[in-house]
Amino acid sequence: MKMPWEILVVDDEEVMRESLAAWLREDGYVVDTAASGREALDKTREKDYAIYFIDLKMPGGIDGIETMMEIRKLHAEAAIVIITAYATVDTAITAMKEGAQEYIVKPCNPSEISLLVSRIIKIKNLQRENVILRQKLTRQYSFQDIISKNAKMHEIFQLIQEIASLRSTVLIQGESGTGKELIARAIHFSGERADKPFIGVSCAALAETLLESELFGHEKGAFTGAVSQKKGKFELADGGTIFLDEIGDIAAKLQLDLLRVLQERCFYRVGGSEELHVDVRVIAATNVDLQDAVQAGKFRDDLYYRLNVINIRIPALRERREDIPLLARHFIERLSHELGKEVGDITESALKLLLDYDWPGNVRELENAVERAIVTCRTGVLAEDDFAFLNHNKLERRGWAVPTSMTLEEVEKEVIAATLQRTQGNIKEAATILGIDRSTLYEKIKKYNIER
Amino acid sequence: MTAIYLVAVGKVDDEILTGIEVCLWQTFGFTTRRLNPLPDPAPAYDPQRQQYSVIAIMKDLLKQCPGDAIRLLAVTERDLFIPMLSFVFGQAQLRGKIAIISLARLRQEFYGLPANSMLFISRALKETVHEMGHTFGLTHCLDRDCPMSLSTNIQQVDIKGETFCANCTILLRENLRQMYLGG
Repeated sequence: MKMPWEILVVDDEEVMRESLAAWLREDGYVVDTAASGREALDKTREKDYAIYFIDLKMPGGIDGIETMMEIRKLHAEAAIVIITAYATVDTAITAMKEGAQEYIVKPCNPSEISLLVSRIIKIKNLQRENVILRQKLTRQYSFQDIISKNAKMHEIFQLIQEIASLRSTVLIQGESGTGKELIARAIHFSGERADKPFIGVSCAALAETLLESELFGHEKGAFTGAVSQKKGKFELADGGTIFLDEIGDIAAKLQLDLLRVLQERCFYRVGGSEELHVDVRVIAATNVDLQDAVQAGKFRDDLYYRLNVINIRIPALRERREDIPLLARHFIERLSHELGKEVGDITESALKLLLDYDWPGNVRELENAVERAIVTCRTGVLAEDDFAFLNHNKLERRGWAVPTSMTLEEVEKEVIAATLQRTQGNIKEAATILGIDRSTLYEKIKKYNIER
Repeated sequence: MTAIYLVAVGKVDDEILTGIEVCLWQTFGFTTRRLNPLPDPAPAYDPQRQQYSVIAIMKDLLKQCPGDAIRLLAVTERDLFIPMLSFVFGQAQLRGKIAIISLARLRQEFYGLPANSMLFISRALKETVHEMGHTFGLTHCLDRDCPMSLSTNIQQVDIKGETFCANCTILLRENLRQMYLGG
């Protein structure tokens, strides 16, 4: 059933306020009233109304025009009708300039106000329909929480459905922030293992010995601090799926242990002698080219072939720009709800800005940008200004003098150290700025021995 | 026993009040009783607009409403207004007890045309059903033939009929069941 539209009538004169409200209620609208601009603003903070009827002349602080301007700050697209008994061209021009939808002089003919209300409601209905259609479109383009209308992504969705119930190992490749874990989860939850555990491990976040214990568990007394026996992720994932993120970063010894698990489906806890057998599907992910790592001798070729049974390469966001509006609106809907802000849409010019941006941090960077814009947004619609920080990011990059006498690793170390200094050691924020995920950043901090 | 009360505000022709009584009984199924006419609503008169404030009259009607009244319908020859609008054919409390209709703009003479008593009575009955419909919880209907459709001019009153459309009939029955049988 359709929700009835709500209207707010703002007038200091009780007779005027209540009689108009009663007349509108007879038309089936839910009508609230406010006796002053301040009361109207209090009510408007609680919810948005389909139409605001506001009397121009109101004593006690804020008049009709000021009330209208304040409401506009809260709900940029509010339909506001200014009512006055003093018909002057000046006030009409001011009201319209400040964004009043209509300007009516009381008393007016019943048909005039009836037509006015139905015209505004018609537009509101179309807007509501538009939102519903957009939601339907999002559902149409979504697969297990992944939203895309890109052809390559749809090939991936198709592949996921085909391989979901197999036990074959999957290698997911893609830049940071492209959603490798989401793909892994989609594979797990589309298949027969869906009711069994999905266990994720970030291989880059932990030191070699810790990672070994994390993956395979340890026996009591296996090392200093091993005060009790602990199950590893492989045991916890038994019957389900283990997702090994940043697999390209694991050390040689662990590569060998992993190879054994993949070949024989068995392993030993650290410090243990009992052979443990598990039924686990392995999905690995990397943002580096593993083939290059194999050629450079950093990654075992036999492990690479074991992992690369089914290969999924996720395109970067700049390779699927058609998804940017869809994703932006999806994030607006989800995040505005999570953040408790009434932000419902994005302007065309702001969308253009997002489409023109390169998104080195991919979908995660877009999500973070939308979140930041919602937090600072003063109206109900995200505008170009709310994304001004993206231009700063671009300019910062452009304004940077490219060093010509440093190795790539030295440059990377410098950039990470400088970013961490700027964020005062905040890893999440630094990772967002750098366009990489937190686990990759941890790994690089460890690699370059950077102080936080 | 409870009833719908009918009252004239100022001088109103008896023939039209009898027609309204019959209509109320036929449409809503309640006994109708007539109250003694109320005096001309002089305090509600606005000399600037040369009309009567419906809000002021309704406030007075609330005081006059008998305790056993299901509803109180007032009928007046006076031209009524609310501050926002240039006139109203009538006014009702949505799901409330009081309703009023004005006969002033239902006469052909108001528009400079020769009198037509049949047309006048028909218009009065449509407005009676319309305003009383509001007191029983009905809002405006999109069916232009239904008396619950919104009329902002006399042509629109003439287009609609005197009996509720199928939807409004069902809604009225449902509302009456909820109001008086508590179900």
